[in-house]
Amino acid sequence: MDFSYSDEQKLIKEQVEKFVQNDYSFETRNKILEMDEGFDRSVWQQFAELGWLGVPFSEEDGGFGGGAIETSLVMEAFGNGMVLEPYLSTIVLSGNALAFAGSSEQKAELLAGIIGGELLMSVAYAEAKSGYNLANVGTSATKAGDAYTVSGEKVVVLGGASADKLIVSARTSGGNSDEDGISLFVVDAKAAGVEVRGYKTMDGGRAANISFNDAPAELLGEEGKGFAVLDRVIDYGIVAASAQALGEMNSSFQKTLAYMKTREQFGKAIGSFQVIQHRMVDMFTHVESSRSMLIMSSMKVASSDAVERKKAVSGAKVYIGDAARAVAQDAVQLHGGIGMTEELDIGHYFRRLTLFCGIFGSKGYHLRRFADQG
Amino acid sequence: MNIDYSPEELEFQQEVRAWFKENLPEDLKQKNMRGEMLTREEIISWQKLLGSAGYLVVSWPPEHGGPDWNATQRYIFDAERAAAGAPVGFSMGIIMLGPVLMAFGSPEQKEKYLPKIESAEDWWCQGYSEPGAGSDLASLKTQAVLDGDDYVINGTKIWTTYGHYANRCFCLVRTDNECKPQAGISFILIDDMSAPGIEIQPIVSIDGEHHLNQVFFDNVRVPKENLVGQEGQGWTIAKYLLTHERTTIAGVADSKLNLANIKRIAAENEVDGKALIDDEQTRLDIAQAEINLMQLEFTNFRTLADTAAGRAPGPESSLLKIKGTDTQQELSELKVKMAGYYAFPWHTEGFVGPEDFAYATQTYNFLRASTIYGGSTEVQKNVVAKMLLGLR
Ligand SMILES: Cc1cc2nc3c(=O)[nH]c(=O)nc-3n(C[C@H](O)[C@H](O)[C@H](O)COP(=O)(O)OP(=O)(O)OC[C@H]3O[C@@H](n4cnc5c(N)ncnc54)[C@H](O)[C@@H]3O)c2cc1C
Repeated sequence: MDFSYSDEQKLIKEQVEKFVQNDYSFETRNKILEMDEGFDRSVWQQFAELGWLGVPFSEEDGGFGGGAIETSLVMEAFGNGMVLEPYLSTIVLSGNALAFAGSSEQKAELLAGIIGGELLMSVAYAEAKSGYNLANVGTSATKAGDAYTVSGEKVVVLGGASADKLIVSARTSGGNSDEDGISLFVVDAKAAGVEVRGYKTMDGGRAANISFNDAPAELLGEEGKGFAVLDRVIDYGIVAASAQALGEMNSSFQKTLAYMKTREQFGKAIGSFQVIQHRMVDMFTHVESSRSMLIMSSMKVASSDAVERKKAVSGAKVYIGDAARAVAQDAVQLHGGIGMTEELDIGHYFRRLTLFCGIFGSKGYHLRRFADQG
Repeated sequence: MNIDYSPEELEFQQEVRAWFKENLPEDLKQKNMRGEMLTREEIISWQKLLGSAGYLVVSWPPEHGGPDWNATQRYIFDAERAAAGAPVGFSMGIIMLGPVLMAFGSPEQKEKYLPKIESAEDWWCQGYSEPGAGSDLASLKTQAVLDGDDYVINGTKIWTTYGHYANRCFCLVRTDNECKPQAGISFILIDDMSAPGIEIQPIVSIDGEHHLNQVFFDNVRVPKENLVGQEGQGWTIAKYLLTHERTTIAGVADSKLNLANIKRIAAENEVDGKALIDDEQTRLDIAQAEINLMQLEFTNFRTLADTAAGRAPGPESSLLKIKGTDTQQELSELKVKMAGYYAFPWHTEGFVGPEDFAYATQTYNFLRASTIYGGSTEVQKNVVAKMLLGLR
């Protein structure tokens, strides 16, 4: 058994960590938050030049030859600094969808485009009444001759307002919640019939509700077989988001730890109170046990055995979600009033971690999904 | 043993219920139920309306314009207020300064300040905490030095809720550096928050709103008549307020309304082919929250019965604060979970999804403070632990 990183993995980990530490301070991030798109395109270009946008993809597809483990290293380091650039939506979700299901032309055009930093993409799957069920798809696609059009509405599409192209789940056959009959399409965000309403999210990020009205669409993968692809793509998304959450948790923990040593009340550092000491141990435990679950899921998400993959990913989401919630809440609590402010990074980690609990399925949803695997 | 209200109490309940039904503006109610922040004007005009009906200073004795209700009536009133969907408004003058002046104030102070609290003309904020003095309030440093007929105040207060809305402020200040920290603290009244030397800086909290402030005092002159009680009596006064009967500290009434609201939302909102309430996890979460609230209500009833019988409440009031804020946080978190992806859009962006969820995360974020302010949970537990273990 060996949990050490290869030289290549170490290199990327150190590179991204160093960037976040040196070039993505809390003050820098606050400026980026205020930009129109909620992220900085020049930072994105930098990522492209450094080769980070290709991390999850095979060399054959023009990537770095990494997978979920390498992606997790990048995402965890991004989590440390709460990086705002749309890595999750463009690279992890859209990129993997293209890598799993794209034709060689689609890969050559789109995957190469996102790896090069010229193209931003998002996956649009959630609907107003779908909840977390990826198979609950009301958006429909119709075929006329060789071409498809899609109609329907998707909600809370992360990074949706900045995306050039969207990957949309739509029904080509079957009943409302059937897994069969769902297809994936690439839709140009500027195409006729596409309407995008962008907005800020609670953590300062950006999302959009997007409606499609007979919008021209290009099939991605096999018709009617999109669900399995989407399900896998979202699992990769969960692992990446969990890694980011781990970075956020660890930073919250480290910063809280430092504060406990310096904040004085009653004539001594509050870290000298035993209640606080135990809480710090709890936070540390949450971080380290989450790390185990992350490593486990980043290894097993690539399994060809769907049951093994789903148990690993849903298990990690449940576990890390609980830990994220506890760490976020305790970090605020132990900071007292200052933890409640916009001014301090602690409150921003809190918001990110709160949304992590609700992304790609709640605790209840993933407990059930886990249990369903037997 | 029974938990029935007497016929008189039931009649009183009907009367209060009818008043709220008649007088609570619908838009205010909707805003309050959604968890949206109210404007200064909305709060003031609502408080004035309450005042004109004799429903504002309900905890005050009749000689100061209170309605002469007993603890049970006050409880019923608050329950009806919350059930109607009415906001608490701004109450520091009513529940904090009023009782202080009645117990420690000079006749002139009572005459000058109490009527304007009763009529909602004055908005008082509380200037206790400082950057270096939170849980350890006795270490506060803001100085008041007597100079002729005035105290001259220098220093800073922080976390001053609605300091930017208030026209007046009651403060704890240090008047003596030589003695034990507690003995050097005095209670002083600032008549005008726009006086020279006072600077109010906004603090935006993680709900994205401006409730909090830091207030700076630079040679602010306050007439010496504004000292409440004696120099050095400030700590005694502050502690008096802590032991002052607070039958509504647990927030049961508002939590009950929140729970009812959550159940309605769960019944009305469909997710993945069924009403939220038919989702097993959500159903059980709601049931759990309701059980916790049931407990809280009955613990609260027991304190209420004690108070009504003239027995001083014991450590239960700390328990009510701890459990009450737990419940508030639990309910707000439940709403966030129910919102699913609709927890993501920020409230500043207008309604992106169902209105019911538009302010869910905002409320959740802000309520993290409920276990920090008014004596943090950790500090409350220290208080109870000392009593239980006989520590000193
Ligand atoms: C939303 C909000 C509104 C407020 N409104 C007002 C107001 O209007 N006026 C006003 O004067 N103040 C107000 N406060 C201030 C509030 O009273 C303080 O925040 C509170 O007393 C805690 O102090 P602190 O923030 O300095 O935290 P600290 O005292 O520094 O505490 C930090 C952490 O250490 C813990 N801790 C401290 N001492 C101990 C101990 N001995 N044992 C174990 N744990 C300990 C605390 O529980 C907390 O978790 C408000 C605060 C908030 C958040």
